[in-house]
Amino acid sequence: MNEIVFFINKGITSGLIIGSIYALGAIGVTLIFGILRFAHFAHGDMMTLGAFVTLILTAALASLGIVLPLPLAFIAMFPAMAITACLAIGLDRVFYKPLRQAGARPVVLVMASVGVTLMLQGLIRLFAGVRSRDMFIEAPKEIFRIPFPGASRPLIITEPQVLLIVFTFVAVIVLHWFLTRSRLGKAMRAVSDNPELARITGINTNHVVWATWIIGGALACAAGTLLSMDVTLKPDLSFNILLPIFAATIVGGIGQPYGAIAGGFLVGFSETLAVFNWAILLRPIKDHLWFEVPANLALVPTQYKLMVPFLILIIVLIYRPTGIFKGRVL
Amino acid sequence: MSLLDIRELHAGYGVMSILKGINMSLEAGEIGVIVGPNGAGKSTTLKAIFGMLNITEGSISFDGTDITGIRSEQLAEHRIAFVPQEHNVFPTLSVHENLEMGAYVRRDDFSSVMDHVYDIFPPLKDKRNQPAGELSGGQRQMVAFGRALMIEPKLILLDEPTAGLSPMFMSQIFDRVIAINRTGVTVAMVEQNAKQALAIAHKGFVLAGGCNSFTDTGQNLLNNPEVAASFLGG
Ligand SMILES: Nc1ncnc2c1ncn2[C@@H]1O[C@H](COP(=O)(O)OP(=O)(O)OP(=O)(O)O)[C@@H](O)[C@H]1O
Ligand SMILES: [Mg+2]
Repeated sequence: MNEIVFFINKGITSGLIIGSIYALGAIGVTLIFGILRFAHFAHGDMMTLGAFVTLILTAALASLGIVLPLPLAFIAMFPAMAITACLAIGLDRVFYKPLRQAGARPVVLVMASVGVTLMLQGLIRLFAGVRSRDMFIEAPKEIFRIPFPGASRPLIITEPQVLLIVFTFVAVIVLHWFLTRSRLGKAMRAVSDNPELARITGINTNHVVWATWIIGGALACAAGTLLSMDVTLKPDLSFNILLPIFAATIVGGIGQPYGAIAGGFLVGFSETLAVFNWAILLRPIKDHLWFEVPANLALVPTQYKLMVPFLILIIVLIYRPTGIFKGRVL
Repeated sequence: MSLLDIRELHAGYGVMSILKGINMSLEAGEIGVIVGPNGAGKSTTLKAIFGMLNITEGSISFDGTDITGIRSEQLAEHRIAFVPQEHNVFPTLSVHENLEMGAYVRRDDFSSVMDHVYDIFPPLKDKRNQPAGELSGGQRQMVAFGRALMIEPKLILLDEPTAGLSPMFMSQIFDRVIAINRTGVTVAMVEQNAKQALAIAHKGFVLAGGCNSFTDTGQNLLNNPEVAASFLGG
């Protein structure tokens, strides 16, 4: 039974956690691609930026001596999401909008977003240094140990992990409602479908662009904050997650928000299950097996985890270039 | 004063000039039909009216206001609607959502207009929750037409509404154009089926090489031997 507990802790929970982070990031990337037609490489650093905004607000709350039933960082995340959304609109105003208006080709915008990435990384290091920080300023994070029947070890999940899963679930439902029920959400889908016809129809493209950055920026901030709460906040937080997020976007189907969610979890679970040591699950039945169970039976060594999204990406691009949800082909 | 008045319009794509002096006017309540060979600049003329091109010379006025070079987004508020020749529906949106998007600029209750559109195009009612991209060409044309009607336009621009439709469907679409026109909507329509279209037109415009070569009533154009010989296939 302990083996199953281990599998749930290391395989299922981890997959769910990292999958949620990827999904939250990929939704933004896919919406930005659908509406503005370029791959936003600065998205990872928007996550770091959002997490730092949260950290500043958390420190402010903590210095006021406020104590709440939920972690302060989680509470501070909501105003930080609003601030990051505004910053995202600001970045668009200053860096991307002038290019769009000059009729720049998408690849130029991609390059501009690489520039924004470097700029944000520089700014964050300039003001915050390079050390890693704990998002739990007021009290250590709570860890839930849930006894599992028949096992001596408990299921382990931390408070930020629970908050992340709940937040992602709620965010997906709200996003679905927004895209299918609200006037602006439908207009976003219309612009993503056919921007020229959307203009002909009288849809205000500026509002749609703002909505895109608001959703993308807010969810990036949430993903960055919740990931930093799960581990720690480092200025290079974005570095290891940008690639899997892009893989999730493409695997799900570019421009497809539901695809981004599915792609996020697919990439997240593939990663954790690929590095999971399957030998542990085989050990209890090793007497009935015809082969010797090795000590470590992971598909991929942990150091090579980043290979997994690449591999999924290549397979998808070869066999189903439109992704799971029939998105655009690059 | 004419509802739509186009004077000496010169326009093109970027630096490439296509229209070289188009003159066109429509009175309120008329059907105007634009015919001409492929590449004559018919679609380009509609796009120029709809603010999608570089206008280098000339003017367009609508209902007494100058709308030359106005942005497409703003024309819906002037109650001008446009159904382009291609890509004229939102493929992943349902039929119903396509119609709702047609009414995007409206802040009032448009449910009666929606019902009216479903009455004009009954096949759409059964397909209302299906993505428009999954419909047949004729049904898609109906969605595009219906979408444009949602603002209750004063002027509707139609670019080849019968392209690719069977003869029976074609006459159905023409019947709808006449019916909509009877409710007071001015129609400017580009058509390849020149004879049938000119037959229902109050005014006809023959374009060739980016200019008007003939302008007259629909009937007179049909009877004009020169027009018949060069543009109507004898
Ligand atoms: N997007 C574009 N960019 C550059 N040139 C274009 C574009 N669209 C059309 N043209 C050119 O403008 C000219 C007129 O095209 P237009 O589409 O107006 O013809 P049309 O009369 O509508 O023909 P058809 O009957 O085939 O629809 C053509 O020579 C065409 O090559
Ligand atoms: Mg044409």
